[in-house]
Amino acid sequence: MGSNMAECHPVAFRWPLKAKTDHGAVLMHVDPRFTRTSAACDVHVPIRAGSDIVFLGAIINHVINSRRWNEDPFYREYVVNYTNAATLVNPDFKGTEELDGVFSGLAPDGKSYANASWSYQRNPAPGKGKGGLGPFSDLLLQQLPGRPKTDPTMQDPHCVLQIIKRHYARYTPALVEKVCGCSPEQFIKVAQTMLENSGREKTANITYAVGWTQHTVGVQIIRAAAMLQALLGNIGRPGGGVLALRGHATIQGSTDIATLYHSLPAYLNMPDGRKKHDSLKDFILTEAGPVATSYWGNYPKFAVSYFKAQFGAAATAENDYGYDYHPKITGDHSHMPMMLDMGAGKIKGFFVMGQNPAVGGQNARLQRKALAKLDWMVVRDYFETETASFWRNSPEILSGELKPADIKTEVFFLPAAAVAEMEGSFTNTQRLLQQHDKAADPPGDARSDSWFTYHLGKRLQAMYRDSGNPLDWGIRNLAWDYEPEAKEVAPWRIKDEPSAYRVLKEINGYTVADGKPLATFANLKEDGTTACGAWIYTGVVPEEGKNNAARRKPDEWISPNWGFAWPANRHIMYNRASADSQGRPWSEAKKLVMWDPDADSGTKDPAGNPVRGKWIAPSGEGIDFQPTKAPAMVGKDAALGFDWLSGNDAFIMRADGKAWLFAPAGLVDGPLPAHYEPYESPVANRVYRQQSNPVAKVWRTEGNVYHGVADPKYPIVVSTYRVTEHHLSGTMSRWLPWLAELMPELFCEVSPELAAEKGIRNAGYVTIVTARGEIEARALVTRRIKPFVIDGKKVHEIGLPWHWGWQGNAKGDVANDLSAMVGDPNVSIHEGKVFTCDIRAGRKGGRS
Amino acid sequence: MGISRRKFLKVTSGIVGGGVAAELGILNVDTAAAAAKAGKVPIKSGRQIPSICPYCAVGCGQIVTVDDAGVIVDIQGNPDSPINQGTLCPKGAATLQLVKNEQRWNTVKYRAPGSDRWEEKSLDWAMSRIAELTKKTRDANFNEFQDMPDGKGGTIRKRVMNTYALASLGGATMDNEWNYLHQKLMHALGVVYLENQARI
Ligand code: SF4
Repeated sequence: MGSNMAECHPVAFRWPLKAKTDHGAVLMHVDPRFTRTSAACDVHVPIRAGSDIVFLGAIINHVINSRRWNEDPFYREYVVNYTNAATLVNPDFKGTEELDGVFSGLAPDGKSYANASWSYQRNPAPGKGKGGLGPFSDLLLQQLPGRPKTDPTMQDPHCVLQIIKRHYARYTPALVEKVCGCSPEQFIKVAQTMLENSGREKTANITYAVGWTQHTVGVQIIRAAAMLQALLGNIGRPGGGVLALRGHATIQGSTDIATLYHSLPAYLNMPDGRKKHDSLKDFILTEAGPVATSYWGNYPKFAVSYFKAQFGAAATAENDYGYDYHPKITGDHSHMPMMLDMGAGKIKGFFVMGQNPAVGGQNARLQRKALAKLDWMVVRDYFETETASFWRNSPEILSGELKPADIKTEVFFLPAAAVAEMEGSFTNTQRLLQQHDKAADPPGDARSDSWFTYHLGKRLQAMYRDSGNPLDWGIRNLAWDYEPEAKEVAPWRIKDEPSAYRVLKEINGYTVADGKPLATFANLKEDGTTACGAWIYTGVVPEEGKNNAARRKPDEWISPNWGFAWPANRHIMYNRASADSQGRPWSEAKKLVMWDPDADSGTKDPAGNPVRGKWIAPSGEGIDFQPTKAPAMVGKDAALGFDWLSGNDAFIMRADGKAWLFAPAGLVDGPLPAHYEPYESPVANRVYRQQSNPVAKVWRTEGNVYHGVADPKYPIVVSTYRVTEHHLSGTMSRWLPWLAELMPELFCEVSPELAAEKGIRNAGYVTIVTARGEIEARALVTRRIKPFVIDGKKVHEIGLPWHWGWQGNAKGDVANDLSAMVGDPNVSIHEGKVFTCDIRAGRKGGRS
Repeated sequence: MGISRRKFLKVTSGIVGGGVAAELGILNVDTAAAAAKAGKVPIKSGRQIPSICPYCAVGCGQIVTVDDAGVIVDIQGNPDSPINQGTLCPKGAATLQLVKNEQRWNTVKYRAPGSDRWEEKSLDWAMSRIAELTKKTRDANFNEFQDMPDGKGGTIRKRVMNTYALASLGGATMDNEWNYLHQKLMHALGVVYLENQARI
């Protein structure tokens, strides 16, 4: 669902196809459009864009009320032991049934939630822990909560399973028909197939892409899938899971080692002026306090080691490891507000590297106009992108709206090296780090991206060297030495590329005293004796000179010696759940990780005898659990991390060790997924009175005008998407003759019904209009798209790939000129997969 | 290298028409045969360097072939890779044209404020000018403290050590190593408008 895998992740799609041809797997595609993915699947169920939570919620409802799920002991064993289904929630919690579409805690202005009522019922806090763990860990030990209360019979009305039952009771096949626009039979087929193919012997997988994320409820759609998979016992097991198909070569890497405003590397939150983050101690207690009973109990080690990597010898216990000199965020500084603030003149200087917001950004016209407000901009790319040339030949220049003479932006274009021209690593969509070696020098003045940032840093450090200003402490004391060894650059013309190996080693982490790489994150310390850029990557350089990302020994299954899967070469996260509550594989067909009671654990008891029992994985898979914690072992109450977790707490990154069917924390828009209409929708919400996500990110500002609900001027739903032959904003594809010729021009998929209504001819021009902009495209009239009947009303959808711009060999209008800036409240992703528009035959400006 | 408008239209209508004809075409891939064949794709002779496809997150393995003069002459799927077993999609298969492309810009270009054209500049000049602008912009717009809401209707003075005048937007086909270096430098400068394609 939410993915056109055959066309957007074509080579990965070989594997589901192989599962079908070789192993009889059933492939189902639930997606508004009929695509090549649908063509290759056993079942295609079209649903209206933005109705996914209704469909998934109805599967959840179907599953938990089915005989199979209630009678097969497999589900009960999995769900009671590995999920929070049995956990009791605060009696003050009220859900959408009681509050007509919202949850308890909604602020009086309706714009934010306080989540206190979503919390667990807990036993009394434990006595004080024994301490001696470290300066920060000892403080964490003093503020531990009591264990959550549970009802293993799952009958208590406040237990999570009962809450879910009530919440999804109205998500019926009839509701699916009304809201999604597919038949109840089509829905039942999908729900029943999921259920029948999940259990002890079989697992089912759900795969999604940006068709799920780019919504004002994007995070909640994925939550719904995760809940379903946890209820079906499909998490942590081979063939199961929820697989995100991400879009770019190392989009996972740039999330892990975040160049994102809200995050430090490895999922530590960014220090934040709005929170109690006034010192390193405050930061750690605020961030780690609520999660200290999970593996995040090691947060102090991760945080201190990050600051040691940042500031090196200058970071000491006395100066809080340089914490005071690290910036804090103060609001949402993500892409969309960044561009709005740029348009308002707040931002003066802009680095754009390998990105093309003039085409790829939502409400792209507004983003281009923002570029004109800058004092200066640096673009690094292969070609003269639309972003680089906005001042010269953008639609705004050609129309005379902007004049080059009036644009004061000083623009630098720096040529970039291609991947084959530099050494480095990518992290693919499966969390697999893979090394690419350097094959040749880049041409002319082209340099690697790392070269640019490294040399900019060196120049700045030199300029600040003699500054006595304490505000400059951070840049002066930045640990910034990645000089290559002579042998690394010997074969090349360019001698001053930074050493990719030294950077990766710092990301991996090392012991400060001797500079030796850390073999595992279990060796990190909170006393400043280890430095580590991103703890989840520890193990990629396990010893000096060894790079596990460059391992290239494949095998027939998991291939543990091909690259390096973070964390600790674990390819399937939470894989403790691949064994039952006794540690035995659920079945021979699905075995992965298991408890061997006779194996030598490598430790000795006080009498000096070897302690028996450890987790093993014959496939070579990394074990995502404490290696010697027996399944029956009960965690200690006054303890952190693994010591608190019990032998069945497979979900080691959750504070209670359980998969969260109900999310007591971590989400800003509710503990359970509920259906809200897209921000721009042709219909009213048929599920609740609440129309759209009450806390969605909305920016009502000039040039970013929204359409109303069922707006008669804009009655048609539009989804933007990609084609196989182009990559995103087209910088890496529209300049390539082969790809330009294969997909030369913007087109728009229109159903025959809509074409007949509007007089649209196949291959003729159409103009698509929103309150943000107007573009023209060729019409592709096709039965791949069909109108939906939503509660008696006909709703038309159109499909629009968005790769084109005015530069390169394949040119076309910018589809994102149509979209609005509106976003998911958790992660600020835009709603590109569904908004409204109007369409008419003919070219822009009335030409035919 | 430019494709004429006429040729565009010709190709476009072909594609559009073909799209309709192929509308109900079934993708019928014999994966085993494709995999077996993939290993036999002739790779131009020369030194072979393992690489990774620069496009999507599937992470297909590639083999880059360089000739005796050290010039990249071919890029093919890596048959050893357990991900793609030698196969590539149209984008991956076109990677050589990304590297060897006459339209690629290999020199620094500069557009002065208000100007209507690009000028050629040296890399060194550009780097020192960018460093100078970065410092100037940061120093003129640095915030040590900021009044933040205290949650009780008032404000509280917080140390923020940031600047809102600098912003950075990166792509997601750039090395992990770059991401690390870039976040490190940006944080050292106090940049908080730090974003990446990974958001969207
Ligand atoms: S070859 Fe295609 S599927 Fe494979 S990584 Fe490249 S773009 Fe993705």
